[in-house]
Amino acid sequence: MITLNNIAFKYRDDEVYALDHISIRFNSGEWTSIIGHNGSGKSTLVKIIMGIIEEYEGDIYVDGELLNIESKQTLRRKFAIVFQNPDNQFVGATVEDDVAFGLENLGLDRAEMVKRTEHALGLVNMLDFRKHEPHRLSGGQKQRVAIAGALAMKPEVLILDEATSMLDPSGRKEVLSILSELHERLDTTILFITHDLTEIAESDKVIVMNNGQIVAEGSLEEVYKDKNLLLESNLKVPYTMEISDALLDGSYMTHEELVRRL
Amino acid sequence: MLSSMLLGRYIPGNSIVHKLDPRAKLISVLLFMIIVFFANHWVGYGLLILFVLSVTKLAGLSIRFLFNGLKLIFILLIFTFLMHLFLTKGGTVLIDGGFFTIESEGLITGIYITIRLVLLVIITTLMTLTTSPIELTDAIEKLCKPLKSIKVPVHEIAMMMSISLRFIPTLMDETEKIIKAQSARGSTFMTGSLIKRINALVPIFIPLFMSAFKRAEEMAVAMEVRGYQGDAGRTHYRVLSWKNRDTIALIVLLLFGALLLFVRQ
Repeated sequence: MITLNNIAFKYRDDEVYALDHISIRFNSGEWTSIIGHNGSGKSTLVKIIMGIIEEYEGDIYVDGELLNIESKQTLRRKFAIVFQNPDNQFVGATVEDDVAFGLENLGLDRAEMVKRTEHALGLVNMLDFRKHEPHRLSGGQKQRVAIAGALAMKPEVLILDEATSMLDPSGRKEVLSILSELHERLDTTILFITHDLTEIAESDKVIVMNNGQIVAEGSLEEVYKDKNLLLESNLKVPYTMEISDALLDGSYMTHEELVRRL
Repeated sequence: MLSSMLLGRYIPGNSIVHKLDPRAKLISVLLFMIIVFFANHWVGYGLLILFVLSVTKLAGLSIRFLFNGLKLIFILLIFTFLMHLFLTKGGTVLIDGGFFTIESEGLITGIYITIRLVLLVIITTLMTLTTSPIELTDAIEKLCKPLKSIKVPVHEIAMMMSISLRFIPTLMDETEKIIKAQSARGSTFMTGSLIKRINALVPIFIPLFMSAFKRAEEMAVAMEVRGYQGDAGRTHYRVLSWKNRDTIALIVLLLFGALLLFVRQ
């Protein structure tokens, strides 16, 4: 549903490409994770897809339609994004106001807004907090509100740009479990961007980026086959993999599988 | 001292005053500012005091609570009283201290003007105490809507106000964090001469401004990708509903104003 053809982009005054002629296809209903260390080009990629960066080389097609200045406003509605910092994307004065913010921009009538806001807050288990102000919420709760705000827009793709990296471990767990529930129950297409290999266990497809290039692409098992590549990309291999590597055959396995095999 | 300060604070509640439409409250306060000047002798002032006391009662607050919270402001008002006491001349001389005199006219004007200011402070505080900041912002946006025709960006101003209000606690936390971080590096903020203390604030404000700008930029991107394009074609989730009680409240206030005109001499 999103196709990137030979995308390249350089930040002004930079010698090297932040994105070096990459092509990707994102399929609907899939959970795709893009993983890479800081400066690998993953956030630049999001900015290009969202139309925040406009002067890139190559073409992007969304549902077969070319993304350009004219189609930007309509195509952008197909995506909703959750950013890294929970505080800096909370626009409304209360939880429900924030979820409704995007709906107000769409110009929906009030009855529809109330319906969608309630539904979206229900999906992330935040209905009880609807009247709360942001400073009374934890980081994980704020990100759940941000996800609700994104879902209320009924997007075709939910993009999470390092959405868990500023959260504490319990907040991270909260957000990840909500996402996997959404993916399983509603078939939400998820584009998950992270630098943490422990967070991609749920993905259908993993894309590893380094220096603006795609260095590996495929299922979790495929990506984990070449551990040196992950290390070269400055990624920290999860401990389950290190144990599997040292004691077993070194193939990919989840925590539970590892325990069972051992 | 600061924590008991009531100016600009909001105390959630369920009283009839809390439930009034914020527009009604805003209009009432503006009207009251005019009505206060109708009183010109003790009957009028007595009625005004009675009126403010009843509104306080209706809001479910005690006058003692208000006085405690507004102490600082009232200390300032004592100066106004003293100025009138010594500088307004007329009537009979009450005290002749040689280089100064206190005359009856000064005493009376001083008392009246101080009462007037105290009442104004109380009534505006009652409004902010019973209305959440976001409701007030909504009310201001709605009431100022006619100004749009003369190209005043009413929506944008209201949006800025509501986002600023939402960021106050966030920036407060941040300030505290920076103060702790700078203290850990050996800065002191509470000792030394005034100039030294003001200088010590620089390493707090610079990081605070830096982060505020960064936040603003991220916020702008987040708003843009959520489809924000200004006021055009935008609907509103929060609605204000003008009820009968709001009309009644305004009528009561107008009748009260008429009563004051009637007892005026």
